[in-house]
Amino acid sequence: MSDTPNNAILKADHINVRFETAEGPVIAVDDVSFDVRPGEFLSVIGPSGCGKSTLFNVIGGLLGSYQGTVNVAGETINGPHQSIGMVFQEESTFPWRTVTDNVAFPLELTGMGKAQRIEKAKHFIGMVGLKGFENRYPGELSGGMRQRVSLARTLASEPKILLMDEPFAALDEQTRLLLGDKVLQIQQELKQTTLLITHNITEAVQMSDRILVMTYRPGKVKRIVDIDLPRPRTSEIVGSEAFGRYVAQIWADLREEASRGMREQEKHVMDEAPQG
Amino acid sequence: MSAQAQKRASFADYAPAATGVGTVLAFFLIMELLVQTGMVNRFIVPPPSEIIGSFGRVIVEEHVFSRFLQTLIECLTAGVMLTVFGVAGGVVMNRYKLLQQACETWVAAMASAPIVLMYPLFLVIFGRSAWTIIMMGFLAALPPVILKTIEGISGTRKVLVNVGRSFNLTPSQQFWKILFPAALPNIFVGIRLGLIFALINIVGVEFLINYGGLGQLINDLAERYDLAGTYAAICFVILVSVLFFMVLEKIERWLRPVD
Ligand SMILES: Nc1ncnc2c1ncn2[C@@H]1O[C@H](COP(=O)(O)OP(=O)(O)OP(=O)(O)O)[C@@H](O)[C@H]1O
Ligand SMILES: [Mg+2]
Repeated sequence: MSDTPNNAILKADHINVRFETAEGPVIAVDDVSFDVRPGEFLSVIGPSGCGKSTLFNVIGGLLGSYQGTVNVAGETINGPHQSIGMVFQEESTFPWRTVTDNVAFPLELTGMGKAQRIEKAKHFIGMVGLKGFENRYPGELSGGMRQRVSLARTLASEPKILLMDEPFAALDEQTRLLLGDKVLQIQQELKQTTLLITHNITEAVQMSDRILVMTYRPGKVKRIVDIDLPRPRTSEIVGSEAFGRYVAQIWADLREEASRGMREQEKHVMDEAPQG
Repeated sequence: MSAQAQKRASFADYAPAATGVGTVLAFFLIMELLVQTGMVNRFIVPPPSEIIGSFGRVIVEEHVFSRFLQTLIECLTAGVMLTVFGVAGGVVMNRYKLLQQACETWVAAMASAPIVLMYPLFLVIFGRSAWTIIMMGFLAALPPVILKTIEGISGTRKVLVNVGRSFNLTPSQQFWKILFPAALPNIFVGIRLGLIFALINIVGVEFLINYGGLGQLINDLAERYDLAGTYAAICFVILVSVLFFMVLEKIERWLRPVD
């Protein structure tokens, strides 16, 4: 349960990020450390604006200035690492490519032959449940389908670590649960090491081996919760009593943070009000 | 029932085009009436019926088709140059921020400058030849292509750039596989605008230096005070532009199937 740094595939060490804004510096991530073991599913959960996407960008190597180190398979990263595959919070399919060509994108970069590329892309398209949509353009798909295309594209690059930033945040609850099933199934099938960023408790408990709860401003690690639920899991587990206990526990943590966040935002508005 | 639905659908398909043609016809009819009743002087605007009547004469005696072809070729040449140099210019300016900061305002200013007035300079450089015409059309049309290219590339959604970075693309892959295709719709708008500018300037310069295609024909006919013929020739200029844009739209659709 406790730190096993030697077999960690991903290790974040004392990450600090601050942004300079017009209203002064904002500490987005404050001294966050954790590690992810091979094959593990770790979720990072926290209220909106607590620094989750910032952390995601740090681990993905997209953010230039931060303090601390990120280790991937023993190497300290310095820019995007080829072992990490990212799925972004925003819609990120290429609108000028068909579903197949979107998913085959990372394969194209490796110089794989066309026939083989298409074959392999098909496999991943099937995996996310988009069979039959191979030749559509993203503009012809729903938001949830596009997110699945992004997921398939990242999976096609066969990353050692899958890093996802609220991939289903924009979807309705039913679709989200079903896609959650898909992700779980894929994760179990590929034994995929996954780091999921989310603000959805159900999603986090349903899928994770461990959940890292973040605080609101500054974004610190509040707690790391082990989820001892049997695998393989499906969305049916949502009804179980043990599941409910985990949700309640994390909700208690988050409610404190979220309401503190709201209070701070309200105070901020109140402070500004007299001038307006 | 379904046949009816189909019928309705096909009417809806043609409705915009039909309304467009109808509007033009209505305009001609009104002009005809105004001229015939003497409300508009027929020595300034000939009646549309007379213009249509002179089409045959303009085609046979004035060889309007070969003129038309000449203008079209000039436009296409300028168009190819525009695409190559305009897009490349935009790309280079976007790549070197200093260059962009230094030149973007100039280029924008150039877009609104009456470059036609520089024709004597071009006459000196290129002589009284098609190249004077092409170069002027090209130059006048360059700014929108450059500006739209810059706009397209720098307007690429950040998350798409980040996808490229997360896949470890090289700078040249980043450009060809992400920035350029993302900018294509904008680049096309630029080229379309550019071609409008080019056509206007090409016909204008033909008219001014009395050389080449439809512009010169209009000049000739106007000097002979053949008003109906002049207007008929102008109709052909409009035809070139309509053809141009139909082709361009087709290409655009073909390159960008769905948004
Ligand atoms: N480029 C930036 N410049 C200045 N401040 C920023 C920047 N990016 C993020 N921030 C600030 O850092 C904090 C964390 O932002 P971040 O996007 O990481 O939140 P988040 O947890 O992902 O939120 P959400 O769940 O809404 O996506 C916010 O207060 C935000 O205003
Ligand atoms: Mg976020």
